[in-house]
Amino acid sequence: MKAARYPWRKFKDRLMQLVMGGCAMLVIAPLGLVFFHLVKSGISAVNWQFFTHLPKPVGEAGGGMANAIIGSLVLLGEAALLGVPVGVLGGVYLSEYGSNRLNFWIRFSADILNGVPSIIWGIVVYALVVIPMKGFSALAGGLVLGLMMIPLIMRTTEEVLILVPNCYREAGTALGISQWRVVVQIVMRTALRGTVTGILLALARMAGETAPLLFTAFGNRFWTHDLTNPIAALPLQIFTYAISPYDDWHRQAWAGALVLLLMVTAVNVGVRVLTRDRMTEDP
Amino acid sequence: MNGTIALPGESKAAAARIGKWRLGDPLFKWLTLAMALVVVALIVIIGFVLFHWSALARHKFGWGFLVSSEWNPVEDRYGALPFIYGTLVSSFLALVIAVPLSLATALFLTELAPRWLRQPLTVLIELLAAVPSVILGLWGIFVMVPWLRMHLFPALRSAFGFLPLFKGPLYGVCMLAGGIIVAIMILPIITSVSREILRSVPNLQREAAYALGATRWEAIRVAVLSHARKGLFGAVILGLGRALGETMAVTMVIGNRPEIALSLFAPGYTMASVIANEFAEATTDVYLHALFEIGLVLLGVTLIVNALARILMNAMAGANVTRRA
Repeated sequence: MKAARYPWRKFKDRLMQLVMGGCAMLVIAPLGLVFFHLVKSGISAVNWQFFTHLPKPVGEAGGGMANAIIGSLVLLGEAALLGVPVGVLGGVYLSEYGSNRLNFWIRFSADILNGVPSIIWGIVVYALVVIPMKGFSALAGGLVLGLMMIPLIMRTTEEVLILVPNCYREAGTALGISQWRVVVQIVMRTALRGTVTGILLALARMAGETAPLLFTAFGNRFWTHDLTNPIAALPLQIFTYAISPYDDWHRQAWAGALVLLLMVTAVNVGVRVLTRDRMTEDP
Repeated sequence: MNGTIALPGESKAAAARIGKWRLGDPLFKWLTLAMALVVVALIVIIGFVLFHWSALARHKFGWGFLVSSEWNPVEDRYGALPFIYGTLVSSFLALVIAVPLSLATALFLTELAPRWLRQPLTVLIELLAAVPSVILGLWGIFVMVPWLRMHLFPALRSAFGFLPLFKGPLYGVCMLAGGIIVAIMILPIITSVSREILRSVPNLQREAAYALGATRWEAIRVAVLSHARKGLFGAVILGLGRALGETMAVTMVIGNRPEIALSLFAPGYTMASVIANEFAEATTDVYLHALFEIGLVLLGVTLIVNALARILMNAMAGANVTRRA
């Protein structure tokens, strides 16, 4: 270290600390701004009608996003049916079995898959499902979200299973329990809370995905009871309304965005409160 | 952990039960293996589908697709250069804005912030990461872009207008707006990954620097940053990977015009947003295949960037990641 004068070094130290603190404030500023504007512009359109009515045609005031909210839930349900079993069991393999070399490649693939742009997932499922089925469908929308969830859930499951102390497994084995039951009844059960947290966070993330649904679920202005029909989804509806030229629709977009953001935030905050004991112990 | 140990003198029934359980072991193991291999299969499937569905465009335009800037659905001639350019420029702008901010924030979180502030700040940053892209886009169109056009852009133009980068009419929606919105989207991921990396720097490093009489900033610079350099670079590259593929928010603020303009105030277009905008209206097969080929290019770039990020971060975390033996 060069022998600089102490007051100068002290000043530089203070300055950099201030700069870093300022940067931290700047980073969370967009969050506050987005929340502020969503509440300001969206709260007036969030009412009973919003949750219970279909969208109205252009020019008519009122209307809601009931079908989009239910549609999003349907899509997430389908996605969970596919993504949760595959993701969790894959995570079990990574944590409990496998050679280091094979696991490295599986883990690497999962990480790479997490980085695949969501729009690409959308067009791939379009080619695989929408074209053969000759139409956009709720099934294709659920499939694309489910596939995107697999690598997410696989990695979080592996991370929580690894945290289960080895002596639990040894104790199970010492009692003569077969390995798979040790894994299912002791290891997975111990890590249940962490696994569920991972699943909920993945679902919250999928709830806001728009790009992959553009060419799969496609959106729908009406109710649908048939999974082979296009289905509405909250983020899709927000997008359609946001880029439309109508003020009524803009208001609806703000309201939809407010509802979506509150749901996503509630899940995120909720799981953090539920798993607080684990978080406080890490420094 | 190798299954069960048969004890002498056990009843036949117990032995039979043990035998049955043993069948469960390989079954369960193979089941989980099959599920784990799904991710490997998915990468192959994605690559294959994009390759297969871009055949027409690949045959018709060859490598020229990547360097041609003509995008003409009427005459069915396509080139990807404006979109590649737009993706690279908006991602680069995003990195220029996001990297210093997020590295400083990560340092603040690990080295400076008082203990009571760390947890809430970390949670807020994770919440920012959870904001859906389309919501940020909505906010971008109606709040950020008008503000930029009224305040920031005129200021930039009057200060740096002599540079070709800051010339031309102000539309509001433009390359720079796209870069800023992408920056907001990748701030949280770079911050939280760098925070993990900085936390893995051994305390001995810091203590050694303090023992030599370093101030806090000097300790950060000399001991922490130099030790974590490779991992932090990985975090930045990971952010770049996210930036390249960002779709909705960018589509909503970048202006969507397939032209290559030097000015950052001119509208641009990215690979992801041209797919999002034009895929549903691709009327001819060649048009559709051209969009798939853009997807293929985008996939190739993000795969390389993400692999690079993982390799850098693994090299850093190697000793730190606790693996069960």
